[in-house]
Amino acid sequence: MTTPALATSGLTKRFRGGQLAVADLDLSVPAGSVFGFLGPNGSGKTTTIRMLLGLVMPTRGSWEILGAPMPGGASQVLRRVGSLIEGPAFHPYLSGWANLERLDAADSLANPRTSRQRIGGALERVGLAAAARKRYRAYSLGMRQRLALAATLLQPRELLLLDEPTNGLDPQGTREVRALVRSLAEEGATVFLSSHLLSEIEQLCSHVGVMRGGRLVAEGTLAELGAGAEPRLRVETPEPRRAAAVLERLGLQSASAGGQAAEATLDGVAPEKVTVALVEAGVPVRGLIVERPSLEETYVALTGEGFDVDQ
Amino acid sequence: MSTSSPPLDRAATSVPAPAAAGRRTVGRLLRSELGMVFRRRRNLVLLVVLALIPVLIGMAIKLSSNSPGPGEGPPFIDRIAGNGLFLSLTAMVVVLPLFLPLAVSVVAGDSIAGEANLGTLRYLLVAPVRRGRLLAVKYTAALAFCLAAVLVVAAAGVATGAALFPVGRATLLSGTTIALSETLLRTLLVALYVGVSMAGLASIGLLASTLTEVPIGAMAATLTLSIVSQVLDSIPQVSVVHPYLFTHRWLAFGELLRDPVASGELWLGIATQAAWAAVCLALAWARFSSSDVSS
Repeated sequence: MTTPALATSGLTKRFRGGQLAVADLDLSVPAGSVFGFLGPNGSGKTTTIRMLLGLVMPTRGSWEILGAPMPGGASQVLRRVGSLIEGPAFHPYLSGWANLERLDAADSLANPRTSRQRIGGALERVGLAAAARKRYRAYSLGMRQRLALAATLLQPRELLLLDEPTNGLDPQGTREVRALVRSLAEEGATVFLSSHLLSEIEQLCSHVGVMRGGRLVAEGTLAELGAGAEPRLRVETPEPRRAAAVLERLGLQSASAGGQAAEATLDGVAPEKVTVALVEAGVPVRGLIVERPSLEETYVALTGEGFDVDQ
Repeated sequence: MSTSSPPLDRAATSVPAPAAAGRRTVGRLLRSELGMVFRRRRNLVLLVVLALIPVLIGMAIKLSSNSPGPGEGPPFIDRIAGNGLFLSLTAMVVVLPLFLPLAVSVVAGDSIAGEANLGTLRYLLVAPVRRGRLLAVKYTAALAFCLAAVLVVAAAGVATGAALFPVGRATLLSGTTIALSETLLRTLLVALYVGVSMAGLASIGLLASTLTEVPIGAMAATLTLSIVSQVLDSIPQVSVVHPYLFTHRWLAFGELLRDPVASGELWLGIATQAAWAAVCLALAWARFSSSDVSS
């Protein structure tokens, strides 16, 4: 097995006030994956990201980034990691370009000779080239977010830790950022993406981890996470009772009839077999839908509904 | 900064850079920091205000009909009309209690807390910058600002003095007369001594800056401490602590106006600053290297 891009073992953070922000986190992000990190507000996602980057010291536990034990390896390994932490933060009176220059100067191993070209390239890639010399102060929220993304592209990165990268972007910008994340992943980078946007995770991620109350309550591939619940079959028909009878005969579980439709869990039966059986039984079929449980349903099942804050 | 050119384009490779390149680019962050400090409008305003002090004093003396007698007003003020170069010294005495500590407190207090407040601290640290290195860069930049501040006062004093009053040979406190060039050299030495005298205060500002995410709080705390120290220094009942106060030998630069220079007090003053800086930098490092950056 190859080294995971990111691995934590028993990572725990208890803040000085006694609040347990992250508890015994065992996370493994496979190299090359796009890992969606999900969880309600206050579930410990941001604390986890800050711990991974060495900004917040864990109370217990150990972690590795790109195979290097942390925090000892930080000065070597962090330059191969691009990160977006809780939104953009730059000096308001400096231009976008000058802000990136400062970050590039901060990396003691960055080559000053290629600085210009790398900054220009990064700004170009996020569509900020035209606003490069404008003061950050004058940037819109979307431009600020883009600048933060440009900062993650100053060096070739093997791992990207992106905390809500599409936050504050308009639909156009959101699409662009998603395309950017995809292209980075295609180039071989591992992407660790925290988001509230379930559709975003579904579109982008190969793996998912779900946090609740500081604990990891689910981790696996997107398919594995969805696999807990069976897909459901819904037959739209004016004669739902007859349709339900056919479904039962085929061995489908919990068939029910109501209104203008019959429903059942599919239990591995091929939907086309059901179609043939329904037609042969003379059931008038208006529509036949296979509904897979969405990530949202899985997520809500794992993290609870409503507004209760866990801590 | 370095003479050797890098053999590889390191941006395109993940080969660890040789140590030489690391050393060269340490200078890069410092240069970036100096650029931030000296281009920031607020800091430039502080320097302009400092430069205006000798101009104001000079104009006041020029425009007033009755010149101050010996012992009246700030030290050396009675000599300015005779020799404009004394304007620098008078200005130095005037800015020392408040204006100069204010400027130093603003820059040093802002150093870490300002970045924390903007949130830029987290991005600097993951760039990555080691925390010790960031402190070193921030402190160096603050010291550079101290030096710039005193040089601005000295230069504005010399320029205004030369423009408004006769300049020439100067009589020292010990009665000896020295040439113009020697006077300028001693003025420069006075400025450097006062600049070094700010090292302790700058380290206090840096320490305060690691304790909060609110830059104005760190600035106010630093300035307050410099005032408290001066107040203590003026109370004879606590004379036992006087030699240890970082403000105690701020005015010792008068020794530079004697012939021969009595350097004992000056070296003690420099040593006091070094001791304060050592303690405060150690505390700042202890605090900053272990603190959670949650801004």
